[in-house]
Amino acid sequence: MNYTPHTDSEVKEMLSDIGVSSVEELFSDISPDIRAKSFNLPEGKSEFEVKKYLKDLSEKNSGRLVSFLGAGFYDHYIPSAVDSLSSRSEFYTSYTPYQPECSQGWLQSIYEYQTAVCRLTGMEVSNASLYDGGTALFEAVMMALRVTGRKKIIVDSGVNFIYRSILKTYISNLSVNLIETELSKNSVSSKDILSLIDNDTAAVVFQNPNFLGTVDDYSDIVGFAHERGALAVESVYPISLGLVKAPGEMGVDIAVGEGQSLGNYLSFGGPYLGILACKKKFVRKMPGRVVGKTVDVEGKEGYVLTLQTREQHIRREKATSNICSNQSLCALRALIYLCLLGRQGLRDLAQVIYNKTEFAKSLIESIPSVEVNREILTFNEFTVSVPKKADKVSAEMIKKGFVPGFPLGRVYKGMDNYLLISVTEKRSKEEISKFAATLKKIL
Amino acid sequence: MEVLEGLFYSKEHEWVKLEGKKAVIGITDYARHSLVDITFVELPAEGAVLKQFDKLAVVESVKAVSDVYCPLSGKVKEVNSALSDNPELINKSPYQDGWIAVVEAENPDEVSNLMDSSAYKKYIETLS
Repeated sequence: MNYTPHTDSEVKEMLSDIGVSSVEELFSDISPDIRAKSFNLPEGKSEFEVKKYLKDLSEKNSGRLVSFLGAGFYDHYIPSAVDSLSSRSEFYTSYTPYQPECSQGWLQSIYEYQTAVCRLTGMEVSNASLYDGGTALFEAVMMALRVTGRKKIIVDSGVNFIYRSILKTYISNLSVNLIETELSKNSVSSKDILSLIDNDTAAVVFQNPNFLGTVDDYSDIVGFAHERGALAVESVYPISLGLVKAPGEMGVDIAVGEGQSLGNYLSFGGPYLGILACKKKFVRKMPGRVVGKTVDVEGKEGYVLTLQTREQHIRREKATSNICSNQSLCALRALIYLCLLGRQGLRDLAQVIYNKTEFAKSLIESIPSVEVNREILTFNEFTVSVPKKADKVSAEMIKKGFVPGFPLGRVYKGMDNYLLISVTEKRSKEEISKFAATLKKIL
Repeated sequence: MEVLEGLFYSKEHEWVKLEGKKAVIGITDYARHSLVDITFVELPAEGAVLKQFDKLAVVESVKAVSDVYCPLSGKVKEVNSALSDNPELINKSPYQDGWIAVVEAENPDEVSNLMDSSAYKKYIETLS
């Protein structure tokens, strides 16, 4: 798109039209100390110069490091077809599909995305997507408050700390009683959680695999919550569902998750994809758009936005959420990714990841000063105790060309000597072996 | 617009039929005409205790989402669960099959804050 600046005479004309003498006066309502200090940009550069400048800048990134870092966002391979299809201008440049008569392609893709999410999670209905895993978790909590009319929320500390921080920020001015339960040996403390769930509890919130990688069956907690009229909210890692028990199978009421791992780039934090699916009986309390399939007057199949009475353009201040925008392009990428893999492909991928992770575990635990927790089941991520501060280990490993994982002391008390190591299908046997050998050398 | 005699009416177009302390509540013929096709009714919880003009239910139509207010203070004794599957009962029969809830009225004298049928008839004439 061309940039066409206003000429001086156009600026003058606009100012005189609204009765302001200068641009300075136009902005006089804004306090000077928070106004931009200067708009002095360099003179225009040629395409060649701009490209070179940006390329030099991008080369300052550490793109060549071999990464074992995860912590909720994972370095998966993205098939070329995902980029190629999702960048088609029909998808890339189109706007909100309010008008079904001219948005059938988009609406169908969102409908198929919803179907894919339901099949993946084992839930009955999915919305058209939300911003990211953290906001989806918050929206699930809000749903639980609306459904139950209660105020108490129990959150397991195994839920990603970023999501918990988003949740706390969003509810800080609402009358919600948020209780966080401590982990016990990397796992959920069922005893603590069960003792807290009572008849005032709106929801119990957990994550599987949890932030430390632990895979668990939460069916007992879900059942206990239901007996007391509370809902169960689970945050999932979509790729793990190729192998791990789905929320629907555990009786979970609202499943949420970060959809980045499904064909979306890490991209320094976004845009990501918020997944939210629930039981059908809660659909009217669900935020976000929903696309439905219907027939037109001639009996032909078609797609439309449905249940819009929940949304802000109809329900105004009583809307189920003011997030009605979705991340359609990211959702489309997730759909294309899942279609390319297929049901068996996702299972195979999950199995490969699990096997590679176990391989990494076996090499790393053979390092004398290092300990891997073998008591718990994990999927793609596990904790390792190292004989010195994990932050230090991380810095040394980066010099050797590896990002060794997430130093857990940054989030959990008493875990300064723990690294959270993640493995994806992209890590080769050679890379994993070299990584373990290098770790051994520096310890 | 049909307005039944013997019922009491609110400005928000709820009707209430009072038999002793038993108050049957619904929305009026005028309300259903302005809402057009009703697609969903969110019913109150049985046992809920409400003050006069508190929110009782939510009615969704193809045009809008509207709150239904409780015309009398009291405890919800019964809800018309048939509306969950057949919300159109309100469209077909607003004063009979389309009733929404039965409330045990705490203070039947509160009808003095409502209108009788002739006052309500005059009221809706001023609206059109």
